[in-house]
Amino acid sequence: MQKITSEALINKACELLENKTVNRVLGWKVGEFAYDITPALFTDCDSLKSDFVFGDFCGANFSKYLVSETRKSDEKVLVFLKPCDTYSFNQLLTENRFNRENVYAIGIPCEGMADISKIKAAVGDGIVGLSSEGDKIIVDTLYDGKQEIDAKSVMAERCAVCKSKKCVAYDELMGEEGEIVDSNRFDEVEKLEKMTEDERYAFWQGELSRCIRCNACRDICPACTCENCVFDNPESSVQNKAISDSFEEKMFHIIRAFHVAGRCTDCGECSRVCPQNIPLHLLNRKFIKDINDFYGEYQAGAEVGNRAPLVDYTLEDLEPGEALERGAEN
Amino acid sequence: MRKCSINDLNSVFEKISQSAVLYIPVDGENGADYKIWEKGVELSNALNTNKSPKNFFFPQSEDLVEFKTEGKDIEVIDIRDSKEDFVVFGVRACDVKSFEVLDRVFLSEPVDSYYADRREHGVIISMACSRPVETCFCQTFDIDATNPLGDIACWKTDDAVYFEAKTEKGQALMDKISDLTSESDDKAVEEQKTKTTEIMKRLPLADLKADKFGAGKTEEFFNDPAWAELSQSCLGCGTCTFVCPTCQCYDIKDYNTGKGVIRYRCWDSCMYSDFTRMAHGNSRNSQLERFRQRFMHKLVYYPENNEGLFSCVGCGRCLSKCPISMNIVKVMKTLGGKNNG
Amino acid sequence: MQVNGEYKPLIVAFCCNWCSYAGADLAGTNRSNYPDNVKIIKVPCSCRVNPMFILRAFQRGADGVILCGCHPGDCHYTSGNYYTRRRMALLFSMLNFLGIEKERTRVEWVSAAEGAKFAATMNEFTEAVAKLGENKRLEDLRCKR
Repeated sequence: MQKITSEALINKACELLENKTVNRVLGWKVGEFAYDITPALFTDCDSLKSDFVFGDFCGANFSKYLVSETRKSDEKVLVFLKPCDTYSFNQLLTENRFNRENVYAIGIPCEGMADISKIKAAVGDGIVGLSSEGDKIIVDTLYDGKQEIDAKSVMAERCAVCKSKKCVAYDELMGEEGEIVDSNRFDEVEKLEKMTEDERYAFWQGELSRCIRCNACRDICPACTCENCVFDNPESSVQNKAISDSFEEKMFHIIRAFHVAGRCTDCGECSRVCPQNIPLHLLNRKFIKDINDFYGEYQAGAEVGNRAPLVDYTLEDLEPGEALERGAEN
Repeated sequence: MRKCSINDLNSVFEKISQSAVLYIPVDGENGADYKIWEKGVELSNALNTNKSPKNFFFPQSEDLVEFKTEGKDIEVIDIRDSKEDFVVFGVRACDVKSFEVLDRVFLSEPVDSYYADRREHGVIISMACSRPVETCFCQTFDIDATNPLGDIACWKTDDAVYFEAKTEKGQALMDKISDLTSESDDKAVEEQKTKTTEIMKRLPLADLKADKFGAGKTEEFFNDPAWAELSQSCLGCGTCTFVCPTCQCYDIKDYNTGKGVIRYRCWDSCMYSDFTRMAHGNSRNSQLERFRQRFMHKLVYYPENNEGLFSCVGCGRCLSKCPISMNIVKVMKTLGGKNNG
Repeated sequence: MQVNGEYKPLIVAFCCNWCSYAGADLAGTNRSNYPDNVKIIKVPCSCRVNPMFILRAFQRGADGVILCGCHPGDCHYTSGNYYTRRRMALLFSMLNFLGIEKERTRVEWVSAAEGAKFAATMNEFTEAVAKLGENKRLEDLRCKR
């Protein structure tokens, strides 16, 4: 499904390693199966050629790795950024979280990533091979042999409602420059807003009560870059590991989303990594939608240096009571 | 061996649930999980549940004791809720094996009475696998997916369910459902076993071996430079630990309710930065050390203390759940060499 | 909250030190009545209130939480309440998104001279929360045993 090939990226990375522009490469490494890709650091061309891959399962957003990676060395690290990753990249730069000088960023086009759980739901378990041909994904299974599925039908939710195919930050762009997309990413949020309080409560109770407090959503989030998270602070009296009567889970998820409100670029990594498949991005999107409605359109990470809505104000901002009334009108 | 028709399975469930709470795997929107059986709840055909059944014996959060103060008196109240009889149906061979791993930790002296209570009150009905998937590698640890242990072992074919009691507890439960089951030969079961064993040989991880690991291998692997590469993208989240059926670390904390103090325990993860935090700080400061601890414990330290038993059962949950797709299989292959594991 | 077998909502009111707390004081010296189940927590500025404080209040048994600060433009620290306004608009909207009744949360600007407004606000808010009954959706059962 991807228009840019692994080979093109490998050749480019090798070239930059050889001419000493960079001394290491942050990239996707092949796994045991076709879909379990691991973020990895490559330091030579041979390992790139044998292990580097770019395909339909390379959803991992490398922006956050730059925070620790750029501190390790004064030499540049090469990073490949998909359009949505470039927004996180800009947001982190805005917050001075990594040293831009130590990065060589290549923007790459992305046609949307596949969601392995959707594939499993479509073809059943026992996937032993995956390949893509145009708009089709060919799945080799243990029990039903080869099956062909439409790539669009198993696209990750965040990609199906992609907000931008335009890389907003890079040193070099590979492939064609994309466009900002007219996305319907708020549809799900609106659907929930139209429900009654009771229905919404029941929905979230069902979703959040599945939480196992593994903190993966926080740890993957490119906006969550505190050196010491409040949920890891033993003095904070926040029971970071317990699940109890579903209060702690609710508190965790409300606070997690609130802490990134106005800074969340809607990259969707939180929902991608959730082992319990909780639609956490809906919480973030609710904040984004409210910010757009209340304070004017704002896209975190669209430009470096933008002032986040929650560290800003105008004299005419609407009152919290009015905000709640607006919600009730939906 | 006894059998019942597939259509009578719900009657068996009904019978069992008359004397104990019965949990069965149930399909949800996002995979299967254990739920309490009641009329209308249907058994899932999924290979395994999202959360492992260790939760039944070692719950994620558990209240241990409550303290109430009045004046200068402190009252200590035992608030354990682990005295209820329950039955867990449909536990796979790998997960059944995980109870042995947990038993060796919690039932060795000093015995963990909370765990022991639950073990005593719980009956495990296992279910043989007939459709293993690509992430399965229980064979690596000599677990026979076609012949699970537990108190009662079950085999499900297209038209019937076969039961075989493995323990006294299991026999007692079998007696209770005897009027719903009939004596049967094991022809269909043996057929299924042969068929599944054939499939097991075709699994991508069928050749993974754990021979290189085990007791006495600390020196060999502890300082392996590969740990740096393996752990470099680890997020330090607790997903692998919390979905793992054998991870058994916990934290004990006090919670002030405003009217008293509840002492509770909850799962902890060696991947967390505050794990093993002591007065002087943390003994494992980098993610490399934390990462290494988890896998060394499974593959070397635990076997060292438990006659060579590995504390991994090859259920494959971490393979499909890890946010960065790093897992014990990749660790074994990297440290032990690509083909041998 | 049950008082002598009768349900009374527990209200937590975060009041800024400079305006609203003084407003509450004035309500007292004026002998204006407001329910005794309103528990006031004094904060240096309304923007001191972390969203976690509000959730924590609900966890500990509050049935409603109200936040009072200086009128916009009158903040002792110039702009604190402007930040409060944005934060609480978003937080309350989120709580409602999760199904928590919108009547349980409120922000009100009360100056030091508005003792009567303070009492009236508290009366009205308490009554609105009382209609909803106990807070069940953001409760922590451990705190209720």
